[in-house]
Amino acid sequence: MSSLQNTNTTQKQLGFWKLTTYITLIVALLTVLFPFLWLVSTSLKPDLKAVLTQPPQFIPRPPTFANYREAWQSAPFGRYTFNSIFVALSVTVLQLINGSLCAYVFARIKFWGRELLFMLFLVVMMVPTPVTIVPLYSLMTHLNWLDSYQALIIPFAANAFGVFLIRQAFLGVPNELIDAAVVDGAGHFRILRSVLVPLSKPSLITYALLTFKWRWNEYLWVIIMTSSDAVRTLPVGVVSMQGSAEGGANWHIVMAAIVIVLIPLLFLFIVAQKYFVQGVTNTGLKG
Amino acid sequence: MNQLSKNKSRFAFKNKRHAKDLLTAFIFLAPSLVVFILFVYYPLVYNFYLSTTSWNFIATTKNFIGLQNYSRILMDARFWQVVRNTFYYAAGHVSLSMILGLGLALLLKEKIRGRNLFRTLFFFPNITTTSAVALLWVWIFDPRFGLLNYVLSLGGIEGPHWLLDPVWAMPAVIIFSTWRSVGYVMLIYLGGLLNIPKDLYEASAIDGANRWQNFYRVTLPLLSPTTFFLLVTSSIASLQVFDAIAVMTDGGPAGKTKVLNFIIWEKAFVEFKAGYASAVAVLLFLMILGLTFLQNTLSKRWVFYAGSDQK
Repeated sequence: MSSLQNTNTTQKQLGFWKLTTYITLIVALLTVLFPFLWLVSTSLKPDLKAVLTQPPQFIPRPPTFANYREAWQSAPFGRYTFNSIFVALSVTVLQLINGSLCAYVFARIKFWGRELLFMLFLVVMMVPTPVTIVPLYSLMTHLNWLDSYQALIIPFAANAFGVFLIRQAFLGVPNELIDAAVVDGAGHFRILRSVLVPLSKPSLITYALLTFKWRWNEYLWVIIMTSSDAVRTLPVGVVSMQGSAEGGANWHIVMAAIVIVLIPLLFLFIVAQKYFVQGVTNTGLKG
Repeated sequence: MNQLSKNKSRFAFKNKRHAKDLLTAFIFLAPSLVVFILFVYYPLVYNFYLSTTSWNFIATTKNFIGLQNYSRILMDARFWQVVRNTFYYAAGHVSLSMILGLGLALLLKEKIRGRNLFRTLFFFPNITTTSAVALLWVWIFDPRFGLLNYVLSLGGIEGPHWLLDPVWAMPAVIIFSTWRSVGYVMLIYLGGLLNIPKDLYEASAIDGANRWQNFYRVTLPLLSPTTFFLLVTSSIASLQVFDAIAVMTDGGPAGKTKVLNFIIWEKAFVEFKAGYASAVAVLLFLMILGLTFLQNTLSKRWVFYAGSDQK
């Protein structure tokens, strides 16, 4: 009897908790997403008069796509898009390879001075690019790399943060699995490829997404190291668009340009999200 | 004799294996080391040297001026204003995004309908291009026609002039940055939460623990490596904020949003004072180092690494 009552109260408490959770989540989500609705709404407005109203008009009357054509034609967006994809993808692939190789050494191979070397890698993590931007600019000048793809890719081919993160993942792999592979006669590269990398997939995918996003969104490095549209990327392109609209008040055109910049990201995100959630849920020892 | 030769051969075998290990380690590390030496260590050392010169990027000779750049910077009240601005931003952004991100992660940890969709949508702002969405927020913060002040007016509040107001410009940038990073913090925390073994909760349920005790005694300690990681990386990133500032305020109004990374860029690539900018960069580096050591020391007290055999 008393245990039945207990179950009832627990059920009620659970229901109340769920409801609170839902309400909180929905309010939070609306807050986070409203800027995007406002972005799209503004980008579809027929003219500046419809944009600059108080109270704001949420549904454009009539909605128009003309702003998109105008935004696209006012800058070489096709070129920017290609450059962004090419640079971010190259860096991501290079970092995954280099990161896994280094992480393997720091997680698995014992040798004299390893801890010191790892410290040196951690120091790299504490030296952010902006701190060394002045000598790097002068170095790029000497290498004759200014305004080139090399300048946007090679300095980022390896990343200490990635090494640190992937090493953490490798250390989380149960020793029994690695020992089993060693007993089977697997060498370093095979242990890395067939045991550690597959078992650390969630972390690797997460890291790949972070890296891609990180390079895709780079702004400071690109404005400093490049000067021509031939190699410049979307983040710089979209800001220069605002500059070309004198006074910066042509909000409907600028918003259309922002949507153009965000659409490839949205597409990529929808595709990658599947892997991401899969990766997160597939952690740990299976079976 | 037999025993001795056996020992000897085992020793030789061990040596050979060790040599192979070393070679593998070298091959695996070499490409990254080259990148780090060329694009991190060398510029870092060179940066220290440049900070003692009055170089302007063009002159063929670099005039050594000792610590003059530093004394000029440290005596300049405007520099200390910049430091205050930077810390204001970092403290605001890190604390807001971590508290909200952890909150969202805890809510989304439960088995609820549409969990994946919530997760995806909260995370989306984080993958958007900072410079592009910063432009969007300039429009949202528009004092007269912007969305934010309209929403505030619905609640009877007359919104400030945000990016044009010396008092409100930095909070506006913090709001923008938090909006963009909260989903990232949430995802990292969710990853941490999923790694907490379920049987720990079962065990604490048997012990009759309530929700709060579960959170305080199980979740939070087991999340501490995640918290530590986020705290270090977010603070370091915040000290280097640039994109949002450059697009939203350009350091204004009245220099109230000028941050360290912004003045490094301004001194170097607008005013061409390479030596001076290098000195500011050294100071930023020292701050980041100090912060890392401070957090390292503090973390020893409360970070708990589950299942880690490494100290």
